[in-house]
Formats: sequence, C-alpha cells, structure tokens
Amino acid sequence: MSDAPSTGLTSWLTTTDHKRIGLLYFWTAFSFFLIGGLEALLIRAQLAQPDGHLVSAETYNQLFTMHGTTMVFLALMPLSASFFNYIVPLQIGARDVAFPRLNAFSYWVFLLGGLFLNASWLVGPLFHAGMLNVAPDGGWFGYANLTERQYSPGPNIDFWLLGLQILGISSLAAGFNFIVTILNLRAPGMKLMRLPTFTWMTLVTQFLIITAFPVITVGLVFLMFDRFFGAHFYVHEAGATPILWQHLFWLFGHPEVYILILPAMGIVSDVLPTFARKPLFGYTVVVYSGILIGFMGWGVWSHHMFSVGLGPIADSVFAATTMLIAVPTGVKIFNWIATLWGGAIRGTTALHFAVGFIAMFIIGGLSGVTHASPPADLQQTDTYYVVAHIHYVLFGGTILGLFAGIYYWWPKMTGRLLSEPLGKWHFWLQFLGMNLAFFPMHFIGLLGMPRRIYTYSADLGVTDLNLVSTVGAFLIAIAMLVFLYNVWHTRNHGQRASNDPWGGASLEWSIPSPPPVYNFSVIPTVTSRLPRWTTEHHGPMQDPPAVPPGPIHVPGGSWWPLVAALGLPVMALAALTHTLWVVFVGAALLLVGIYGWAFEPFEV
Amino acid sequence: MSEEHRHPTVDVYLRVAAALVILTVLEVGVFYVPAFHPVLVPVLLVLSTAKFALVVMFYMHLKADSKFFTFLFGAPLLLALGVMVALLFLFFGALTLRGGGAAGAG
Amino acid sequence: MTHAATAHHTSMGLDNRKMAFWAFIGSECLLFGSLISTYLVYKGRSVVGPYPHEILNIPFTSVSTFDLLMSSLMMVLALAAVQRGDMKWGKIWLFSTALLGLVFLGGQVIEFTEFVHKGLTMSTNLFGCTFFVLTGTHGAHVAVGVLWLLTLWVRALQGKLGPANAMTVEITGLYWHFVDVVWIIIFTVVYLIQ
Repeated sequence: MSDAPSTGLTSWLTTTDHKRIGLLYFWTAFSFFLIGGLEALLIRAQLAQPDGHLVSAETYNQLFTMHGTTMVFLALMPLSASFFNYIVPLQIGARDVAFPRLNAFSYWVFLLGGLFLNASWLVGPLFHAGMLNVAPDGGWFGYANLTERQYSPGPNIDFWLLGLQILGISSLAAGFNFIVTILNLRAPGMKLMRLPTFTWMTLVTQFLIITAFPVITVGLVFLMFDRFFGAHFYVHEAGATPILWQHLFWLFGHPEVYILILPAMGIVSDVLPTFARKPLFGYTVVVYSGILIGFMGWGVWSHHMFSVGLGPIADSVFAATTMLIAVPTGVKIFNWIATLWGGAIRGTTALHFAVGFIAMFIIGGLSGVTHASPPADLQQTDTYYVVAHIHYVLFGGTILGLFAGIYYWWPKMTGRLLSEPLGKWHFWLQFLGMNLAFFPMHFIGLLGMPRRIYTYSADLGVTDLNLVSTVGAFLIAIAMLVFLYNVWHTRNHGQRASNDPWGGASLEWSIPSPPPVYNFSVIPTVTSRLPRWTTEHHGPMQDPPAVPPGPIHVPGGSWWPLVAALGLPVMALAALTHTLWVVFVGAALLLVGIYGWAFEPFEV
Repeated sequence: MSEEHRHPTVDVYLRVAAALVILTVLEVGVFYVPAFHPVLVPVLLVLSTAKFALVVMFYMHLKADSKFFTFLFGAPLLLALGVMVALLFLFFGALTLRGGGAAGAG
Repeated sequence: MTHAATAHHTSMGLDNRKMAFWAFIGSECLLFGSLISTYLVYKGRSVVGPYPHEILNIPFTSVSTFDLLMSSLMMVLALAAVQRGDMKWGKIWLFSTALLGLVFLGGQVIEFTEFVHKGLTMSTNLFGCTFFVLTGTHGAHVAVGVLWLLTLWVRALQGKLGPANAMTVEITGLYWHFVDVVWIIIFTVVYLIQ
C-alpha cells in the first residue's frame, strides 16, 4: 500500500475513502434501480390488458421475482448505504469509517453479488436453456417447497439463493463497520443525543442488519442443502414443513422492511427541519421511537403468515404486536408534521419529496394497519392489495425519502446543485405516476386479482384499473428520465455549491462541497445538537479552516478488499455449476485476499 | 486507552477450568444416573448455563470489561433465546409425529 | 503523506476491533440460535431412523467436550503470556490451543464417519440433516479458528507478535471461546437431552 493516485481506474478499484465508496454505491444501486424499473415496466405492460401475451408465464415469474429481489437488495438497501457511507462520517465529525478496507470490501461484494444475480438473465444457454430462462422465478421471498429441487429443477433458484448469500455478507460487514463508526468515531462533544436523526436511524438499521441477516443465511443454507445435498429441511414427507422456511424468511423479512424504511425516515427527519428553518419537533421522542420500532420489529413476523394456519393464539398475538408497532411510527409522523407547522417553509425539491414521503407513507401505513387484522388479511393476502401496501411504503416511503436525500445531499457529494425547476417536474411526475400506478391496486386486489399471475380474465372487472396502473408506471419512468436529464445537465452546467447551500444545521454543511479527502481540516468540537445554527442557547459553530494546520494522514488504497471479494462469486459459481474444485479456487482467492489485507501496513 | 484495570491471574483461569470440568462431569453424570431423569432437562440447562456464563464472564472477560460489550452480546443473545422460545411455541402441536398432517390449526 | 500526531481517540474509550468483534459475536448468536432452534423444532420428527439414542456416543463426545474446554484454558493462558511479554509460553499455549482444536476436529471426523457407516447421512432423515448442518457449521467455525490460531503462532515465531499487539490475541480468544460456548450448548441440547 502506498500513497494512492487520486484519479484513474486503479484509484477507484483500490479506494478506501468512504466518499468514493458512497458514490460507487450510489451509481451501482441506481443502475440496478433502473433495471428493476424496467422489469416493472414489462410487468405492467403485460398486465395492461386482460389475456396479455407480451411475455410467457415463465418469463413473467422471473420478472416479478427479479423486480422484487433487485429493488429490495440491489437498489433500496444500497441507495441507503450510499448515504450511510458518504454522509454519516461527515455528520459525526470523523475522517472516515472505522474500517475503511472492510467498507470497500462491502461495496465490491455488493457489486459482484448484484452482477451474479443479474447474470442469470443472460446465461441461460450455458445451462442448456434459452436466454431469459434461468433467472430466479420463485418470488422475492422464495417460498419452499416450490423452491425445492423437485419443483424448481433448473438453476434459477440456485442463482437466487447464492446471490442472496453473497449480498448478505456485504450487508453484515457494513453493519459491523457502521456500528463501530457511529459509536466510537464521533467528534469530541458529539454525544449520542446530539447526533443528526439520519445517523441515529442508520445506527438502529445496522443493529437490525446484524441480527436479521444471520437468520435468512440459515434459511438459505437449509434450502441449499435441500437442493444440493438431498437434505429435507422443508420436505413434508420427511416430517419437516415448508412453514419453517416462512418463519425463517419472515424473521429476517420483517426486520428487513424496517431496514428499508428507517434510513429514509432519518433522511426526512434531517430534511424537514432544514427547510422549515425549525428544529425537529421532539427529537428525543423521534429517536426513541426509531429504537422502539427496531426492537418491536422483531415481534411481528408472523403477520406475513396469517393465512398459513398458525392457529388463533398465534394469530392474535401477532395481530396485537403488529397493531402496537403502528404507535411509534405514528408518533414520528406527528413529530414531522409538527416540525413543519409554524416553520419558515422553503419549497425546495428535497422538501417536496420529504413531504410526499409523509403523505404516501401514511397511506401505506393505513393499508398496513388493515393487514394487521387476521380476518381482514385473509381477504387481502396474496392479492394486489398487498402489492399496493408494499409500494406505498417502499416507493412512496423509501424511494421518495431517498430522493429527498439525493436532492438534499447532491451538492455536498458532487459540488453542484441539481436544477430546482427540473426537480419539481421530476417530483410531480413521480408523485402522480406512483399514485396512478399503485392506488388502483387497492381495488384491484379487493376485487379479487391475485398476486403473481401473468394474466387475468376480462371477467374479473379489473381491466380499466390495470390500464390506469400501467399508465402510472410509465409516468414514473418519464419522471426518472427527467431526473437523469437533471443529473446529466447539471454535471457541467449546474450551479456550483458552496459549503452550505441550504442552511443546514449539522456538521456536513461546515465543510466544502465536495469535501476534501480528509473531510475536516480540524475535527470540530461539538457543543449542541444544531451546531451550525443560531439558537436561543448558542451561536453557530466556527467552520473548520479552509487549510489544515498541518499535514493530515489519510490511509491509502488497497487491492485486497477487491481480491477477497472476488472469492465469493467464484465459490458461488462452483455451487451453481456443481464443480467442486472451483470452490477451492474461490476459497483460495478469499484467503489470499484476507491474508494480504491482514498483513499489509495500513494505518487509519 | 485501556479499559482493563487488572488482568485476571492465571490462578483464576485455572479455577474456572476446574469448575468447567466438574460441571461437565456432573452433566454427564446426570445423563447416566437414571434417578435424575425426571429432572434431566432443567438440571442440564442450569449446568450448561453455568458453564456458558463462566466462559463468557471470565475467559471472554465480559465481567470486568465495559458494560457496553455485555449489551452488544447480551441483547442479540436474548433476542435469539426469545426467537427460539417463540418458534417452539409456534411449532408445539403444529406438526404431528411420524409423517402425519400439515401444520394444523392450534 | 506524513503522519500527523493524532491519537486515535475513540468516543467510548473502547478498541474499535474489540467492539466490532463483540457485535459480530452477537450476530453469531442469531446464526447458531436459528440452527439450534431448527434442531429443536424438528427433534423427534424423523420419519425413519437412525435416531439419536441409537447413534450418539456420549462417552466419545464427552471427551471432545473436555478437549474443547481445555483448549479455552490454553487460549487464556496464551493471552496472559502474550500480555506479560512471555512469548516463549505465548507460542506454546497458542500452538496447544490449535492442537486441541485439531483434535476436536479429528473427533468430529471420526464421529461423522461412524454415523455414515451406521446409515445416518444428510439425506437420511431430519435428524441427519439438522445434526450435520448444526455440528458441521460449528466444526467449520472451529476449523477457521484453528487456521487463525496457527497464523498467529507463525507470526509469533517470526517475532511479529508481542504485548504491543496483544489485542489481536485477545480477539482471537473471543472467537475461540465463543466457538467453545456454542459447543457447550450443542453438547447439552443435542447429545444429553435426547
């Protein structure tokens, strides 16, 4: 390891700088987001009319499986991660994360896992099948025993379970990294209750990740052993039950949805005060609600299984816990509204997205509350009503929240402001599009259209509603084009950003946009929760000087995280192709990478 | 920065080792002595919990270290225990023995 | 770049790596918890034999358990030696820990081979798959630990291990003891409570 060059491909491949890693996450995740969006458009095109034949049933199964898997694991989580990476060290007043090379490793593993998963679209011929034939097709939640070898003989499910295992490692590594970073690398005076809400929600999310992912890892291991080594973890005839898969999956899956929403809630909690020029109402309560949601999220998983026959006692217990979890969520909503109330509102694009988040998340939350009642859920489950709920909370919630973050932090990350007029067009097209796409689904579902069917009969009476939904989806696509044009156009022509284009309260706004490689020329000492604002208790902080008083050590780059990361898809490939010796090649790569990493001189 | 004021002495380690051996002997003893079979499960659980605690508190130094490490370990441990208990309740009676019916109504 | 004299201040006064490692151990509680839960949930549900009481060898496994417990003792003795700078005994205890780990693994190999000969494989019945995946995962953790310990031992032989980097030995110890503690649970839940 030596002083890394700052430009060129090598500098990016060996980077350990959290800001670069954040940008890598962003662009990779956004690309996967577009791929997932394309899959959605194909789904909606197929469903625009009854008895559609744009795609076959088999292709359709792959489309909705990959759409869900891609959006959850390759788009939403890594988009959040791009902000964890870029913004959290800045918000806590640190120079980088606790383990920069582990951070790089997390990114490379994510990229490779995403490529592995999506390669399935193209490599059909290698498995004696056509193209577009071997992508995962068992739904994003891969229920056994459909996913057993007997019912899914091809490599589709193998791609899925191996890809997810790889991605899990990426998330776990990042989880440990950010927990230590947030707890141990804060600037002097940055007490926990002075942390920006985004950083707090990030911390809670990381704890959810490190506890929930091991459970899905075990579930996937069982599936792998059933499929490859003749085990019977989910096989009824052997005395087992496919219900175990559902338990293991949803024990992970429910905390996962909080992993998906909490960061966006954190973003909104940072954005609203800035554009209301008013501190977050009830900061302490918002933080504690987030922590409570994290804990309580572990107690509700079987509400995804109300139709499985768990029995009245189990159903009642989980119905109660599910209804209870609406409380801290509702508390946050009231606090956000109270933050805006009486504030000096500046209607920036970021604020539009943040307010849109609140409104859409309320709708998604309301359909969620209806799901909490088992008898009501028996009608809703496995219908488009659930699809409506999912998309209001994940698109109306997480995605709108992420875009709020994008418009808010874009100047900090790139040094240029996105165009506000284009941003408003983007917002309104997206807002209109999503409501057209997803609101009808409440009715489509209650009128009886199940999920995951590639076509429907005109007799069902949902034809017009499906058409409206499809129009909405394409409107969303247009909105994305507007956003992409905004990005492209402002790249070279956008207004240059100062330290603090918005008048933000937290530390990231005290340094240049984009920040120098060492972030802070002098690590600030923090004396309040709103360091950059004037409040009745204190004046604004002194921003760090433009030039550091002395040379600042910044760790250089390293090849080892990438080398080690490469070992994982190679091992997965061995399983996929049933060739044992390839496992050893992958393991060797991993070991060489780890040993190189452990023994290279590297100082944080 | 050091958070340990005093490393435990080798003496402590040896005494813990002796305790672990004795507890293991007791466990195996309880297994083999038929008179204990009615209380086999609770006694074994208590004995193994004691071994677990000894290793974690003294060999892993959790007793003398920062309470935060106890939280980092203890919270997920309690969570795992809670999940285990919940799953046992959920499956209790849900499956019949020897290849019978599906996950039935409770 | 020259090194600035910034002390590595930490907000909680705790070592980063140690904190990360305890978080990792917490995470592993959920991993092994899920495996053990599955074993318990499927206990007694095998449709065909061999069944646990026919095949588990308590005396043999008791020796394995004793072996692993003693390896934990060797581990703390290794740490104590390295912390006081006694690298001669540090090397001896590190190697001994690894050796006892290898003995444990050898015992597992013997046990697994026995079971296969008696007709219990991964695909025979529920006891087979739950047992082999649970103890196999544990065994894989032991194997990684042995590799880790031997690496440290070689570093010590090269004169690159000492009191200044005793933290690496401490973290190795945390891993090793955790693997031992998981076995304590497995021994009770799988072998003794049948």
